[in-house]
Amino acid sequence: MNKDRHTKREPRHVGRRRIGVVTVVLVTGLLAAACSSNSSSSTTTTAGSGSSSNNGGATAPGVTATSITIGATTPLTGPAAPGYSEIAAASNAVFKWVNATGGVNGRQINYIVKDDAYNPVNTVTLTRQLVQQNNIFADVGSLGTPTQLAVEPFLNSNKVPQLFVESGCNCWSQSNSPWTFGWQTNYTVEGKILGQYIKQNFAGQKVGYLYQADEFGQDFIKGLDQELPATTVVSRQNYDAATLAGPMSNQIAALKAAGAQVVALATVPAATALALLPAASIGYKPQWVASNVGSDPPTVGALLKSFSQGAAGSTLLDGMVSDAYAPPEANTTNPWIQAIQKVLTKYDPGAPLDGNTEYGVALGYTFIQALQKAGPNLTRAGIVSAIESSGSKFVTPGLVPLTYSNSVHFGYSGAQIVTINGGAATTSGPVYTSTINGPIKVFTGSTTPPPAALLNLS
Amino acid sequence: MLRHLLFGAVAAVGFYLLTSSLSAFNNFRVGEIALYAIALAGLSLLTGTNGQISLGQGAFMAVGAYTLGVLMTHTHWPLVVDVLAAILLSGALGVVVGMPATRLKGPYLAGMTLILALALPRIADKYTAFFGGDQGLTVTAPTPPGTIDPQRWLTWIELAGAVIVMILLANLTRSRFGRSFRAVRDDEIAAGLSGIHVARTKVLAFTVAASCAGLAGAFLGLSIGVVNTGEFSLSLSIYLLAGMVLGGAGSLVGAWWGAIVIVFMPGWSNSIANSFNLGSAVAANLSLVIFGLVLIVVIMVVPMGIQGGISWLAGRALSLVRGMGQPRESRAPPDIATTPDITTGGG
Repeated sequence: MNKDRHTKREPRHVGRRRIGVVTVVLVTGLLAAACSSNSSSSTTTTAGSGSSSNNGGATAPGVTATSITIGATTPLTGPAAPGYSEIAAASNAVFKWVNATGGVNGRQINYIVKDDAYNPVNTVTLTRQLVQQNNIFADVGSLGTPTQLAVEPFLNSNKVPQLFVESGCNCWSQSNSPWTFGWQTNYTVEGKILGQYIKQNFAGQKVGYLYQADEFGQDFIKGLDQELPATTVVSRQNYDAATLAGPMSNQIAALKAAGAQVVALATVPAATALALLPAASIGYKPQWVASNVGSDPPTVGALLKSFSQGAAGSTLLDGMVSDAYAPPEANTTNPWIQAIQKVLTKYDPGAPLDGNTEYGVALGYTFIQALQKAGPNLTRAGIVSAIESSGSKFVTPGLVPLTYSNSVHFGYSGAQIVTINGGAATTSGPVYTSTINGPIKVFTGSTTPPPAALLNLS
Repeated sequence: MLRHLLFGAVAAVGFYLLTSSLSAFNNFRVGEIALYAIALAGLSLLTGTNGQISLGQGAFMAVGAYTLGVLMTHTHWPLVVDVLAAILLSGALGVVVGMPATRLKGPYLAGMTLILALALPRIADKYTAFFGGDQGLTVTAPTPPGTIDPQRWLTWIELAGAVIVMILLANLTRSRFGRSFRAVRDDEIAAGLSGIHVARTKVLAFTVAASCAGLAGAFLGLSIGVVNTGEFSLSLSIYLLAGMVLGGAGSLVGAWWGAIVIVFMPGWSNSIANSFNLGSAVAANLSLVIFGLVLIVVIMVVPMGIQGGISWLAGRALSLVRGMGQPRESRAPPDIATTPDITTGGG
């Protein structure tokens, strides 16, 4: 055999050349892949000790007498990571606080967070790892529409609660996924509330859309289209989240050329920044109306600054209209904002107070209430029925209550208009609630104050 | 050949014992290794044996997966028909793509297949009603007979597919076609003068590689339970090419090494990254750096990949035992182009 091979040998330079080509192709490819950043990796954050023996307190997978293990997948790297990577750590700050005060029914919470880089393939593997290897009790606070859709069948067929999915997709309240609960206001409802605002305040003006070409963007403009007359919409531009790499000059130029006076954005924070920068550089100043997803002033302000190497900043956001389902973080007199700041300062030091960390704390505190409601004899079915029966009464920073019930698995279902100026959002006008096909109603109830224990945290 | 069948039978028994002792999650990972090994074996034949560099293997996997997804959504044919259709359709696309590819070489061919990897998944984005858009198409894994664990059953199916593919490819590369592949890779003009139809040989290699990718894609869909465009990003094709080079281009055993690397490398590099106790943002990106470093080191130290390195070491050990002096040429690991004949048994 060996001799055979030697006779077949060819000049070495041919081999060198081929390996050279393969190397060049690989390096270029890896660079391209790194730019669209689909790395698969994970980090683990644990709040509790995690060293608990398996004794009589085990009532469900991941639950012992002294601990509850839960998990999440979320982008810590990649294009969706800026801002969103703060959420899980903020939820974990709540768990650390609860653990420090003795846990829930004597059980410490271990929160395992894995980085799926917003890639559904990673989500599938990591979620299986969480369920089958880390033996989690529930998947809590995982982020993303395509990512969580990929694991919805797996989690439901294994009867693992998929709690408070960080997405406003219309897909979290379906009868065939009884173990799944969404968290934030539905994108279509958001689109309707902002569409109504445009109709009332910018009547007769030409409207343009810039949206992410996926369920998020499409659900959002579905809501806008319900409110706005088709004749006033002069341009519909979109972008692909996976290949978003630089300023969206083409889309902005098209919106300007179409004469759009109002531009509605269904964009993630990075995309908002990449729309505002080219508009500023060509002197295009429409009235921006942005989804809550991509309008958090500290997050977008920081991105504007970093993308423009310091040349621009949050002043580009001045005058932007958006919506909120939780009090804006700049409202420092709000008791919830004060309480959230305290939790973050103590248990997630260094984290900024922005829309993402507020979101994370609200979600974490909701899960704590669900655990308390499910009682000491904790089971997976028990926590689902606790959320269905009592979820609408949970205390959250939300401007509207959660809407969980036997038939509805959506979280918030309403929002208030905010205007951004000087890097801060201010609420104005009534709080609205709605459903995907129902009318827009003015919310007349009141918000819930934070618990004293959270306020008195020192 | 009988030897390959025998080897396949031994592998099947080995896999049966392995899967029976593993947990559900580890069975899932073994299934993943099997399906990536299928895709890599095809790519290895195309690049290692036939000398055509393709960045489009992930796109062909997408074709296979979407074929399965569409058929499962709209028909109630048996699974085996869906999977065969996935292989045939991606193979047919391989013919179409392979034809212009015969005129392109090296980086130009890589560029063309790169476009394929970028553009094909976008078609599914464009026609959301048919392909399910972001949500994708739901795929149901087959129901196992009796009391067999569903995950184990799926892993068996994937392993069986992988063993069959390996036997077929081993026979193919040992046949007249295999010799033509290598002849075309080494020198197209000489191959043509020897009576080999160069273009046809290249298209055949592309078709075989695409069919393998189609099967791997169908299996990926079954494994994950849903087919959507996010699964078939550019990085999938890059990882496949990298895995093929790491494992050993042109070697079927190397395809398995490459698959193991693709499945486990992210976890390994991540735990290394985490051991430095850096911030999560740095650690998460560091794992990609580690992957790149491993790639560079392997290409520099053993250009023939893991399998090439193992064969070289085994060969050295053997000749040392026999007390024979090393022939001068064998002092260094062989180059990629001096790929030994593809064998199921390795070097």
